[in-house]
Amino acid sequence: MTALTLTNVNKSFGTVHVLKDINIEVNEGEFVVFVGPSGCGKSTLLRTIAGLEDVTSGEVRIAGEVVNQTPPSKRGIAMVFQSYALYPHLNVRGNMSLALKQAKESKATIEARVAEASRMLSLGDYLDRFPSELSGGQRQRVAIGRAIVRHPKLFLFDEPLSNLDAALRMNTRLEIANLHEQLGATMVYVTHDQTEAMTLADKIVVLRDGCVEQIGSPMELYNNPANQFVAGFLGSPAMNFLPANLLEDGSPNTLGVRPEDLMLDPAGPLEITTKHVEHLGGDTNVIADCHGHQITLRLFGQHAIHSGAALRLGVAEGKSFFFDAKGNRLR
Amino acid sequence: MNTARSNPINAIAMHGALILYTLIALFPVFVILINSFKTRKKIFREPLALPDAESFSLVGYQTVLKQGDFFLYFQNSFIVTVGSLTLILLFGAMAAFALSEYRFRGNMIMGLYLALGIMIPIRIGTVAILEMMVSTGLVNTLWALILVYTAQGLPLAVFILSEFMRQVSDDLKNAGRIDGLSEYTIFFKLVLPLVRPAMATVAVFNMIPIWNDLWFPLILAPAEETKTLTLGSQVFIGQFVTDWNAVLSALSMAILPVLVLYVIFSRQLIRGITSGAVK
Repeated sequence: MTALTLTNVNKSFGTVHVLKDINIEVNEGEFVVFVGPSGCGKSTLLRTIAGLEDVTSGEVRIAGEVVNQTPPSKRGIAMVFQSYALYPHLNVRGNMSLALKQAKESKATIEARVAEASRMLSLGDYLDRFPSELSGGQRQRVAIGRAIVRHPKLFLFDEPLSNLDAALRMNTRLEIANLHEQLGATMVYVTHDQTEAMTLADKIVVLRDGCVEQIGSPMELYNNPANQFVAGFLGSPAMNFLPANLLEDGSPNTLGVRPEDLMLDPAGPLEITTKHVEHLGGDTNVIADCHGHQITLRLFGQHAIHSGAALRLGVAEGKSFFFDAKGNRLR
Repeated sequence: MNTARSNPINAIAMHGALILYTLIALFPVFVILINSFKTRKKIFREPLALPDAESFSLVGYQTVLKQGDFFLYFQNSFIVTVGSLTLILLFGAMAAFALSEYRFRGNMIMGLYLALGIMIPIRIGTVAILEMMVSTGLVNTLWALILVYTAQGLPLAVFILSEFMRQVSDDLKNAGRIDGLSEYTIFFKLVLPLVRPAMATVAVFNMIPIWNDLWFPLILAPAEETKTLTLGSQVFIGQFVTDWNAVLSALSMAILPVLVLYVIFSRQLIRGITSGAVK
């Protein structure tokens, strides 16, 4: 069953066309990540799903029902915001129970749901504290708890990890993944961080300039990108793009190779001058110059390469991608 | 900030300047206060001397309390000030919320129109206002004053408050909408508490001119039962003879309530003025 269907969704602010003919289908229990550079419309898309923005045209269905005219509180959704957005005048318990009180749930239900959520997020000790007395990570957990107690059909996350520091981000990411497993709920998650997208998603939607570029599982997108944008956006370090005529004479196309698909090969076709070497222990990243183009090479293990060294590279078989001048993939 | 604090010369200079300013600002108040306790002769002979056993006199206060219904004036001023402030804050905040929160046709124009009042003094329209009050029968009622002061205070209130309300996180308001709060609940429960410092600023900026105003009470509500404190004090100022004891005593007493209201708002006010800089 589909939990969320977007059909030809368009959104304009005045003359600015922000979302262009978006068609997405999300199955029940799926974890979908909208990813794209800032300004690509991914947050706007999430807000139209939530009902915080009206769609200009098109149809939004949640669990099969058209919700274009339904106010946010009646759509059966819960949203977690980047800035946590906790109610400053309520304590943790109050924050979590407000929506249920508004929905006129019984006291026993509210108590049971709050207890359940606080157990899942280990917030038991903080129920009587106010948001100002909590750390960033705790606040984000309360925000997630506020979403859980509503038992929504659809969880919406708007860049929930952006305000956390690196270590906490990793932990919270795992927590969200666990939560998804425990609840089996449908989740839609917006981020600009491709690592979050790759690690969390069952399905990634790559957006650019208000258009869907590609939809698929993380590995599908990684191994089989539809165009140069998707190829360059996913993966870290990013894919290298070089003029294809370095390999084939006279080709006007662009060659894309992932850093890990390049290898040191004395007989290889690519001639490079090393500019900088990053020794990460497990990996060695070599940033080099190849006929005036920057190229990144990722070698596994430790390699004693010095900057300034001249090397030759080969491309792993079947791992090169070709794109035409418009960025479309050539197969 | 820390270096300025730890440097003694800077600290002395800073405090010196502030103390000097405080003295200058408080001097007129001080002169009014001490002279209100002196005999008429001493007021003119030694205006800056403190009242001593010989010159001490409560005659001014006695006159004030005997002549005219001073407590009624006081009550009128209080009703007008508090009433106007309440309406200014309530409607100003509501208009500011609408302007900052909702996208609608003419939003920008509406904002400009509301801000126009800052640039055009309301007293220019006195004649028209008076005609309006006469035709609605509001002359010589406190409502006339409250309505005029509300109109006078709204532009600045809308201007300041809408600026502050734009800073209230959208996420918070949206979280409220998703949780099923009504727009009114979002406004009163989420937004207003967060702009409280700005509300206090607006309150203080409006309170003092309203309390001190002579113009509109004189024109719109000069009747005995609607006289405000400032207007009431005018009975002691004549064209040829002025009862300075009474005037100074009346003014001394008029300072008190403003002082009390100011103390109530001031903690918030300071936060309001510095909130942009500190956060």
